[in-house]
Amino acid sequence: MDHLVILNRRELLKSTTGLLTGWVVAGSPLALIAPGRAWAVDLTALTSSEGTTLLSMARTIAPHDKLDDAAYALVIQAVDNDAAKDANTRKMIKEGLAALRADFAASSESERVEGLKKIETSAFFQTMRQKTLQVLYSSSIGYSYFGYEGEAFSKGGYVFRGFNDLRWLPEVPAEDSGPLPAGP
Amino acid sequence: MARIEFQDESAVVIIGSGAGGGTLAHELTGRGIKVVVLEAGKRQSTASFSQVPGEAFLELTWLDARTQSGNWSVAKNFPTLPAWHCKTVGGTTVHWTGATPRFEPWELRAKSTYGNIRGASLIDWPISYEELKTYYLMAERRLGVTRRNDMPGLPASNNFKVMYAGAKKLGYKRVHTGHMAINSRVHDGRGMCIQQGFCVQGCKMGAKWSTLYTDIPRAEATGNLDLRIECMATRIEHGTDGRVNAVVYRDGQGREQRQKARIVCIAGNGIETPRLLLLSDSSKFPQGLANSAGQVGRNYCHQIIGFVWGIFDKPVYSWRGATLAGVIEDEVKNDPNRGFVGGYRMELVTLDLPTLPLVGLPYGWGRDFASIVENYRNLAGMIINGEDMPRAENRITLNRDVKDALGLPVANVHVDEHANDQAMRNHAQTQMSRVYEAIGAKRVVLGPTPPATHNTCSARMSADPREGVANAWGQTHDIKNLFISDGSAMTTAGAANPTLTIVALALRQAEYISREMKASHI
Repeated sequence: MDHLVILNRRELLKSTTGLLTGWVVAGSPLALIAPGRAWAVDLTALTSSEGTTLLSMARTIAPHDKLDDAAYALVIQAVDNDAAKDANTRKMIKEGLAALRADFAASSESERVEGLKKIETSAFFQTMRQKTLQVLYSSSIGYSYFGYEGEAFSKGGYVFRGFNDLRWLPEVPAEDSGPLPAGP
Repeated sequence: MARIEFQDESAVVIIGSGAGGGTLAHELTGRGIKVVVLEAGKRQSTASFSQVPGEAFLELTWLDARTQSGNWSVAKNFPTLPAWHCKTVGGTTVHWTGATPRFEPWELRAKSTYGNIRGASLIDWPISYEELKTYYLMAERRLGVTRRNDMPGLPASNNFKVMYAGAKKLGYKRVHTGHMAINSRVHDGRGMCIQQGFCVQGCKMGAKWSTLYTDIPRAEATGNLDLRIECMATRIEHGTDGRVNAVVYRDGQGREQRQKARIVCIAGNGIETPRLLLLSDSSKFPQGLANSAGQVGRNYCHQIIGFVWGIFDKPVYSWRGATLAGVIEDEVKNDPNRGFVGGYRMELVTLDLPTLPLVGLPYGWGRDFASIVENYRNLAGMIINGEDMPRAENRITLNRDVKDALGLPVANVHVDEHANDQAMRNHAQTQMSRVYEAIGAKRVVLGPTPPATHNTCSARMSADPREGVANAWGQTHDIKNLFISDGSAMTTAGAANPTLTIVALALRQAEYISREMKASHI
């Protein structure tokens, strides 16, 4: 077992070009579901510095201040996967990054927004926008942060778990609603 | 299940297994008629439906290449996906949301009611409401539609409470949890709705009606159905007498097969049905089958659809509960004083978190865009479902520059919106905004038109053979043993979600086909 683990670790080191790391913010939704306090995402086509710039870009596209960097790192991992699989994608990403100002990740949000508006029609920006929306809001960190409870079949649906628990508006009269099933 | 020989000339071949094809297959096999169903997709089950929205989308959706043109916003916002329907056994009844309103009597007389609308190709249906009503009653029993017969309404969800309170403030009267083909109690061997909110991913309770777990297995149980999955029809052949006599298809292994047929019924949804007719051109029918009047693919309708979201300062949790169980029907009327003809429904809707930013919100990014998603807990949703105007140039054609995996030209969907469509959408968006504002919405977000789910009228029924493709039974004007058996046959779109009407027409067509077969007319 140990031998295999070491081998895998060596393989990983050989193929890894970059790394994104971070600490889970105490008290954040991620802290409730994360297995540990630290997280790391390996990159195989992008460098750490490229990953950092892309992460800043994803945060500018979909800014949720209290959402952990780890959620955005998953976006970068997906972009890195695509770049590793396809040379054209890799070229598009690398060239797109090169066209951003060197201190993009360190600049202010308004400066970052200005910079991105200039490249909004590019394939690079549109790919990053699409990927950010696709990955961020379908991740378990995203579900947790936005309060989305997801599939309910395995828990018996929402019929006894709050589908009609709204109390700040009047109830719907019986003739326009329907009977509730007997409790569980 | 039956095994019908390729050379068997006595079979009815149905292409597609959704609301039209699945219902028709059950009805015909139940009358002792041998049926081959060719279904392009795979077979899922309530057990296999994925509860990961992205996965479910990929497993169920028709994703073969298509192109688009025209000024409608879908061409710009969703360039590779003009329509969102299914490629799976059960067709679009797997991902539909279960809304089953009827057409209004005056909607079937669209031309007579609305008059001459410039730039529209309106005609009246060749069927009266009284006649269709007989089949609506049968369809409603079959599907277990709520608020019909003895099936109670579905209970109000949080999302509906918001819609209801706003609608009542505005004085709307016809507001309720909808006529839904979703069991509010155990019925027909299927479970009851447990308010999962995963209608679109396939209902794991089977509470929502689908041919996948009703008509298809029951047709198989008759011993008269040969269901062939992953079989994509590519061409319908005919004899020198001009009658169709075989369907050519690719099976799951990529082999070309040819099934002989006594009768062919096409139920491939509003885009693939006309595409197949056009792909089947021959020296005798150089414009494609059933197209002597040049009407195949024309008058394509998709209804006026669009999201409206209300953001409140308290939670709604709109994702909990049956997705579409709620409706305001007061605007389903023809009142040209509103600035347009025809009517629209306002229906309850929500989207799961992964899908909302991709399909439900207007294009955007940055603080403003993110702030909408940030409010996901406090979001209530509605969708417009209104009648769009048929236009001769809104049509499905073959794009010979783009080929599918089999090397066949893909369908091009062309839509130029009629001024009536735009006026209706504006009116609906204003009214829906007022519904939310009446009860204190912090913000109303007008979402885009999503890829079309109600693809209809592209091989329409007409009394006059020059104005459509099929007669009042969906039998093509040109070829007696060729039938249109899905929403393509609808004459106009109306303001009703189309499935109940498709089922009613299929029930009616099944009676006609079996009668005509017995009389040896076809």
